[in-house]
Amino acid sequence: MNKQLSLSQVVSRLADGMTVGIGGWGPRRKPMAIVREILRSDLKDLTIVAYGGPEVGMLCAAGKVKKLIFGFVTMDALPLEPYFRKARESGGLEVMELDEGMFEWGLRAAGMRLPFLPTRCGLGTDVVRRNPGLQMITSPYPDGEVLLAMPALKLDVALLHVDVADKLGNTLITAADPLFDHLFARAADACYVSTERLEDKFALSGDEARLNYFERYLVKGVVHAPGGAHPTYCGKNYGWDMDHLKKYNASATEEGGWDKYCEEFIRCGEEQYIARNGGMERIGKLRTPIF
Amino acid sequence: MTQATDCTLAELMIVACSEAWRGDGELLASGITTVPRLGASLAKLTHTPELLMTDSETYLVSEPVPLGPRGDYVPRFEGYMSFERVFECVWGGKRHAMIGPTQIDRFGQANLSCVGGDYAKPKSMVLGVRGLPGNNINHPNSYFVPNHGPRVFVANEVDMVSGPGYNPARFEPGMKNDFIDLRLIVSDLCVMDFKGPDHAIRVKSLHPGVSFEQVQAATGFPLLKAADMGETPLPSAEQLEIIRRLDPHNMRGAVIKGNPPAIRPAGAS
Repeated sequence: MNKQLSLSQVVSRLADGMTVGIGGWGPRRKPMAIVREILRSDLKDLTIVAYGGPEVGMLCAAGKVKKLIFGFVTMDALPLEPYFRKARESGGLEVMELDEGMFEWGLRAAGMRLPFLPTRCGLGTDVVRRNPGLQMITSPYPDGEVLLAMPALKLDVALLHVDVADKLGNTLITAADPLFDHLFARAADACYVSTERLEDKFALSGDEARLNYFERYLVKGVVHAPGGAHPTYCGKNYGWDMDHLKKYNASATEEGGWDKYCEEFIRCGEEQYIARNGGMERIGKLRTPIF
Repeated sequence: MTQATDCTLAELMIVACSEAWRGDGELLASGITTVPRLGASLAKLTHTPELLMTDSETYLVSEPVPLGPRGDYVPRFEGYMSFERVFECVWGGKRHAMIGPTQIDRFGQANLSCVGGDYAKPKSMVLGVRGLPGNNINHPNSYFVPNHGPRVFVANEVDMVSGPGYNPARFEPGMKNDFIDLRLIVSDLCVMDFKGPDHAIRVKSLHPGVSFEQVQAATGFPLLKAADMGETPLPSAEQLEIIRRLDPHNMRGAVIKGNPPAIRPAGAS
């Protein structure tokens, strides 16, 4: 029942060509430690499924992405994700661009083992024209309405970052908004979770247990990775790191910028990554943004 | 009501934006980015107190929260609105959003995805279609344009239709598009609505010092004049006081290039 793994053990369970869902939303609670371990690996030809933030840009910059299934890629305060833009504008990226709600519907359908879920979202838009595989379905009831049949977004793997977990795979998300992580977990054959804090075995109060959004039977591995969402923000633990995000953003306009970023922050390994960002002492003091 | 003459164009636009939500009653008002958000906040604090609003993150608030760092201000929560619940509001039609698309066409179709080039290799990638397909097909929407020009208001259809509009050619028989409800466009030149024949876009009011010809020249498709087309009202002293209280860091001052005054010298662009 001990599901604790190292970052490299998680990545060793992934394979070329897999469809990988990444939890969080934009610059919020992304499993960046696992993403950085993917950047260090030889993995390739991944299909990435995400409400995209900087992890998408990094995976694109590193040439890991064959296809991207997305509704947006943004870092919010820095709205345009530089490496994602480069990948799109250089024409090398296969995409399935979806409405945010269609995306949710696709994950839900996968989690419920359904082939599709009907929706009006996407009708009348170029999402339909640019995804010729999307099919319509006519309501069998007297209304006869024609709806979009959003296909299941089945994932081989979901990667998530949570605030607290135990070694059995129980998880808590203490942030006010759990986002759509539970749907990624359900849509995947295997879900791997990194966590700020790891306990042996939970003994929770009722109020704490309400912060558990998906069942441990979905979780195949747990990695203890404090600061593992950095430079994105992690609910009550730390805010996003604007200095780091700006540096990352600026690297995209520098000659050999991505390689320099990798040299400074990726190849060094996770322990050094945290140290080079001021350690958990600094990261823990990053303030959650106020909008 | 006294109108303030020493106010900025951004402040005039906030008041114009607030009109988008007038009379909406109990639904979620989502003003995205500084000016629309202040517009929604002003609407709730003046003419439409029934509106639901969030703290722009996760909670419903009983009064609009000021923008940016809040000092001693403590938000007053009245409920919860995770992203997942926002989608429920969207699909149930109980929301009126105002967003700033990259392109808008004569049908009210909006683009936030990519511009120019080829879809496989766009000249400029923006964000993606985001929630625009779901928003526009389900609930009322308005647009905010801080840089009215032919690159925003394009001559043909937008490059990637993200938010659907009043273009019948885009819908097949049996598809339900009658929840599409485009209300206002507030730009730095004027306020427009969709009340012309077949939802054609009309200029409803011109901002002080702006002519219809100037707006038309900055728009890639023909515009109609509303029969009662007038001048966009200046904020009242009360409205200005609320705006300044809600935006203590003057984030609105950075929205329009140069932060010009509301009353422009005639002939200036």
